[in-house]
Amino acid sequence: MSGAELVEGPRDYEATLKAARARAESALREAGISFSVEEGKGFVDLVVDVDSIVKAAEALKNAGFTHVVSVTAVDYPKKKSIKVAYHVTSYLDPEIVGGIVGLAVYLPREAPEMPSLSGVWVSAEFMEREVYEFFGVTFKGHPDLRPLLLIPELAEKRPLRKDFVVREESIYEGVPERVRRG
Amino acid sequence: MEEGKVYVGNLDVAAKRARDILLGKLKLEKVVDWANAFSLWPVHLTTSCCSTEFAATFGPRFDGEQFGALPWVGPRQTNLIVIEGTVTRKMACAVRVTWEQMPHPKYAIAMGACALDGGLFYNSYNVVRPWEVIPIDIYIPGCPPRPESVARAIVELQRKIRGRRVASSWIREGWRPDRDYVAPKEDYCAWQKTSPLLERV
Amino acid sequence: MSGEVRVYGGWRDDLGLKVIPTRRLARDVYEVFIGPQHPGSGHMRIIIRVDGDVIVEADPDIGYVHRTMEKLGEIRGWIKPIPLFERMAIHDACNITLPYVRAVEKLMGVEAPLRAKYLRVLLCEINRIAAHLYGFAIFGVFLGHSTMYMWAMGDREVFIQLAEELTGARLTHSYPIPGGVRRDIPQGFPDMARRAVKYMRKRLEEYRKIFLDNPVIRSRLEDVGVIPKRLAAELGIVGPNARGSGIQYDVRIIEPYEVYDELDFEVPVYTEGDALARTYVRVEEIRQSLRIIEQVVEWLEKKPREPIVDESIYKKYPPLHKKILESQGRAKLLPWMATMKVPAGRAIGRGETGRGEIIYYVESDGGMNPYRVRIVTPSARNAIAFKYALPGHRVMDLPAIYGSLDYFPPEADR
Repeated sequence: MSGAELVEGPRDYEATLKAARARAESALREAGISFSVEEGKGFVDLVVDVDSIVKAAEALKNAGFTHVVSVTAVDYPKKKSIKVAYHVTSYLDPEIVGGIVGLAVYLPREAPEMPSLSGVWVSAEFMEREVYEFFGVTFKGHPDLRPLLLIPELAEKRPLRKDFVVREESIYEGVPERVRRG
Repeated sequence: MEEGKVYVGNLDVAAKRARDILLGKLKLEKVVDWANAFSLWPVHLTTSCCSTEFAATFGPRFDGEQFGALPWVGPRQTNLIVIEGTVTRKMACAVRVTWEQMPHPKYAIAMGACALDGGLFYNSYNVVRPWEVIPIDIYIPGCPPRPESVARAIVELQRKIRGRRVASSWIREGWRPDRDYVAPKEDYCAWQKTSPLLERV
Repeated sequence: MSGEVRVYGGWRDDLGLKVIPTRRLARDVYEVFIGPQHPGSGHMRIIIRVDGDVIVEADPDIGYVHRTMEKLGEIRGWIKPIPLFERMAIHDACNITLPYVRAVEKLMGVEAPLRAKYLRVLLCEINRIAAHLYGFAIFGVFLGHSTMYMWAMGDREVFIQLAEELTGARLTHSYPIPGGVRRDIPQGFPDMARRAVKYMRKRLEEYRKIFLDNPVIRSRLEDVGVIPKRLAAELGIVGPNARGSGIQYDVRIIEPYEVYDELDFEVPVYTEGDALARTYVRVEEIRQSLRIIEQVVEWLEKKPREPIVDESIYKKYPPLHKKILESQGRAKLLPWMATMKVPAGRAIGRGETGRGEIIYYVESDGGMNPYRVRIVTPSARNAIAFKYALPGHRVMDLPAIYGSLDYFPPEADR
């Protein structure tokens, strides 16, 4: 067994995030992809068009973002869209290690479809399957698109969409109105 | 005794008398129940996070083995299922299959609030109640129950087996008189038949 | 079919990746379903395809403990998800709920006082040790090494007891709340903690003798389940599994939360990437956590007691609750917290649990419930490692690889 190496630190996360954001933005600009920025606390989302997402993903991969930490989908029924964000970061580049940058895209809520990025980031494979079963987003070109966690009948209901309602019991459930008022 | 003579008893009578003594006065049945109560083998089937406390029960501090139960490997060699927490729709199939593989007499303990009636996950769309899947003998409340209460449940199960002669009457009758056989209302394994997993190769 | 030369994949050197083919397999390759009922008690199924007894393809079939945490997190207000998310890994409770609490704190704009931060770190490290010991115990079962099971389970009880003294619960502590923690340390706790640290140091030496330097164990773990550094980075695996492959990554260092930047500790990294390296990382981490506990306990003992919740929350306490907080060090949850509203926004909270990095993406629309909580647990990210680490090994190596990845299904399935 070799002797243990050590992780150097502690590091300043704000500086890392700033560097990661600058790196990602310049990579997208170099590739000629237009994007808009959505700020978050502890990360930043770069929203691109569906048609250019594969090119954008390749640009980010080449810029040093090695893996996907989360494929986050959010359902917005009012805007009639589903946002899919690939939150990516790097393990190997010491300058941007751990800085989370999101590559996001807005899809129509009816029949959402987008190209799979698991060819660019291998680590997205299982997460894309998860988004597929919970939101019904179809990833074109995914090697093995089938439900990951749910049984097929449940997956067809797309449980994490907002129109799949789970009722929460209130503490006054079944208590008569007169008793409730005390 | 006279030399050169052999006394042969009437075998039919002897056997009848032996049967009367052993079965009629319930001694053999007692032995069967006693033996069964102290050779409980919970199967290695963990359904959820109560498994951490279940593992602690059979660890050195609480030493569940002293009560006559030890988790064992395969369902064919075991006679007790401890449902450790929530049973999801996907897991319900595995619970049922494991239960059917076990030889009788067999018992089930439901551990934790989730196994009682869903617990924290009472309104979750992916959770089933274990008592709809297999017949349960003992319920343990708690989230998660402490190892002491798991040990207590094992002792209670032993008392039930010996007090109500569950094991011996099950062997004699071929079914369990004190409890109806629970047939699941739906086929929990149906999803496997339509699963694309099996169609791939 | 006979006479055909089959190639099941290989290395693509340009990517540093092991390539697994997706074409139809020959008919004499058998499919073996392992689990969810198996000796290691892991609530997951691995579907492997074997040629003879060599694994050619592995497909982790997870979801047996999927309890819909993300959906339930959307309907239970802001406080009730804390005990809910805790159930994902109840033996690592503080580590797994702290990032959620921190994400909510970021949105609310509150910050825990310094003493509460130290208390959080204290419980996190106690939990980390207990989680690693639990992992060792299950690893012992996998390898048929029941002494390791008994020893690790027994020593884990020491730290469970410590956590129980601190919080009142064996496993489900629900300790951090937005803006603070629920309890201060009880009387006599520092000495108890020091005794536990001293005891565990002694035991680690004995672990080395009976487990890590045991020739049988070493031959089963060395050069088994190797994940090279490049592959580990591509797969995005986390925690001790990544650090066993030479990835220099630990959230406590990358994004120092609470008071980790003020404490003196090291994060060990091994470069071999095999099952043994992953095990060594865990042992070293226990040693470092013991160091942290010593420092934190000393700090807590020296500094005078102060309120353990944020100023803005403390102001809203009624006099009786203030009295309880000051005299007994217990922070009560107030009724308004059940229906509190959190300003709209998006935040990512993350932390290092015993098994690696956990990420909560919390989105608020200004209402009483989170609009969306996305949870990415360490085991969920490690699940893909099964697909890449198993092929090429014999079936009898599967328990060693499975155990060394320290995979906990309730956490992975959420």
